[in-house]
Amino acid sequence: MKKLWLLSLFFMVAIISLVGCSSEGESEEEGGDGNGTTEITYYSFSAAPDYEDVLADIVTAFEEDNPNIKVNTELAAYDDYFTKLQTRLAGGNAPDVFELNYENFVQYASKGTLADLSGFIEEDENFDPSQLNQEAFEAYQYDGKQYGMVESFSNVLTFYNKDLFDEAGVDYPTADWTWEDELAAAEKITNEENNVWGTYAPATMNEYFKIAAQNGGELFNENGEPTVDTQENLEAMNYMVDKVTESGVTPSPAEMSGQAPADLFMNGQLGIVHTGIWMFEAFKDASFEWDVALEAGNTQKAHHFFANGLAVSADTDKKEAAYKFARFMSASDQVAELRVENSWELPAVNNEEVLQPYLEQTPPENREAVFNALDTLVLPPVVENWSQINDVTDQEFEKALNGSKSTEDVIKTLQSEYENILN
Amino acid sequence: MVGMTRKKTFFWLCIFLLPNLLGFLTFIGAPIVSSLIISFTDWDLLGEMQFTGFENYIRLAQDPDFWVSFRNTIFFILGYIPLVLIFGLACALLLNKQMKFRAFFRATFFLPVITSWVAVSLVWKWLYNPEYGLINYALSIVGIDGPQWLSDPNTAMIGIILASAWKDIGFVMVLFLGGLQNISPSFYEAASIDGAGKARKLWNITIPLLAPTTFFVTIISLINSFQVFDQVMIMTGGGPGGSTEVMVQNIYNHAFRYFEMGYASAMSWVLFLVIFLFTWIQMKVQDRGVN
Repeated sequence: MKKLWLLSLFFMVAIISLVGCSSEGESEEEGGDGNGTTEITYYSFSAAPDYEDVLADIVTAFEEDNPNIKVNTELAAYDDYFTKLQTRLAGGNAPDVFELNYENFVQYASKGTLADLSGFIEEDENFDPSQLNQEAFEAYQYDGKQYGMVESFSNVLTFYNKDLFDEAGVDYPTADWTWEDELAAAEKITNEENNVWGTYAPATMNEYFKIAAQNGGELFNENGEPTVDTQENLEAMNYMVDKVTESGVTPSPAEMSGQAPADLFMNGQLGIVHTGIWMFEAFKDASFEWDVALEAGNTQKAHHFFANGLAVSADTDKKEAAYKFARFMSASDQVAELRVENSWELPAVNNEEVLQPYLEQTPPENREAVFNALDTLVLPPVVENWSQINDVTDQEFEKALNGSKSTEDVIKTLQSEYENILN
Repeated sequence: MVGMTRKKTFFWLCIFLLPNLLGFLTFIGAPIVSSLIISFTDWDLLGEMQFTGFENYIRLAQDPDFWVSFRNTIFFILGYIPLVLIFGLACALLLNKQMKFRAFFRATFFLPVITSWVAVSLVWKWLYNPEYGLINYALSIVGIDGPQWLSDPNTAMIGIILASAWKDIGFVMVLFLGGLQNISPSFYEAASIDGAGKARKLWNITIPLLAPTTFFVTIISLINSFQVFDQVMIMTGGGPGGSTEVMVQNIYNHAFRYFEMGYASAMSWVLFLVIFLFTWIQMKVQDRGVN
């Protein structure tokens, strides 16, 4: 027995030293390989699975411009992306440059995992922040430092089925629509017998902070303290929940029965769906006429804003090469053109010439709405533990939707849960 | 001389065990040890580890979400284990008899066991669909207005229990079949001579003599069902309103979504202790039963 213990102890030591050796070996390799070429790894979610070829073209273009840098790409679908990224960061084996969406950016920046790019940007003669959309560029600042380069953005609009509006004899949505207008139109379009509903928007945290803003509310104050238990926020929640439980213009989770809202819309079962402009491609083949409009507001307008950007790992010793690639992905006209051509999100560049083809494509006719929405954008609350706050909120919304909890109680629970989570 | 051989045997024993041992130590041994250490820290996966003593465990005792997931897991177990035991035994008894197509039926009942949980969950999700699902359609034929199943917090866990039992009955059946074949026919012959009926034989011979198998099946099912995760993740994702959130899912969320590896490790150890405790109680009860 004693021998066996000694033996296993010996193996344990052997393994640990083995593991130690191998990681040392790797880091030496990473340092560069003598002949002047720097190899960097780029880890991406937005390219998987539909835009792999576009990314490959971009990398080729980059390597032609920078012959001494070689880019290896690694892709993962969004759902798996962050688990892998965290594990690699934790294991000290982070990719040199990687994609982060705005909501996750703050979490990574605040934990010191990202490299400060401000110095590189100042020294860079080929780049000026004015080449990029300012809101989008500044979204990747934390504590006054630039920790990421925005590459693309997207937002959420009112998508409407013109055929259903015509049938119900309702006027199409306009830029100055209010909640009341949308509800009135939705009630006319809803036809329970045919399983047609007037409007759909998810009842989740991601929707709630925007709806609250449309009513002048705020879920967190400037210092990131929860301020959810207010009259404005309660009204916003009632607006979201009543569409399902009172007026029935939005299908309940049970009526959705596992179908995605986009499928219902494509099926001609939704008059309006609030969804992202990334659906333009998918809705292209709809069997009915459709268009987009700015979202309805109550006391004011508010639109979602989603951004993807590239960040450089704080640990890599190839920061300069990594920055160059991030800059290229973010501000190069060549990349922007490829994105527009392939409908791969919307490049964050200001160059109108590049964006022109995007505006000319139809449907939808009213593509300018994408840019008009930027005037009233609302950023997701910047708080730590965002995913946990998300989960709690979504769960409470489910309770409100199935009627097991009143919105007053839900909002009180949210206030105390947020306080708990943030402490 | 004898000592030499033993030493030699021991040497070879170690050499042959080495590949397995290496795998065990790297992928199971080391993570177990490190998770115990991590559970006493506030590690967030990205930053530095800081030792926080029993803080995670204290927080756990006061965390209502943890207790909700604990209660949901217990509810799952209370529904699942009796179902698989009773129906697994029933199938084994039926398919232990000489009958036509016996091998075919055995294979059919075993088929769900080797099917991936992902596929099974997706199919059941559709069966449960309140609007278009087969189950509510069948109920509507006999005039019953079926429940909302997975969309209703009161029935969602029941739905998961039924699907889980359906999948695992085949496994339990195979174990029971093995147990049944170990019972000597002479007991039944003797009972027949004494004039015992079928029910009497089942109650007084089969069930007592199956006790070791039943014990094994219960332990295995208990351990597995404390770790229920896949089907919940796919069928309901813990919803609606947290009514099906189970312990492993809670651990997963804290570890990989909320950046709280320390807290998640503490939860894992509590889960381990709970499983250990239940298994230990069962072993004690079993000992007494056999004596």
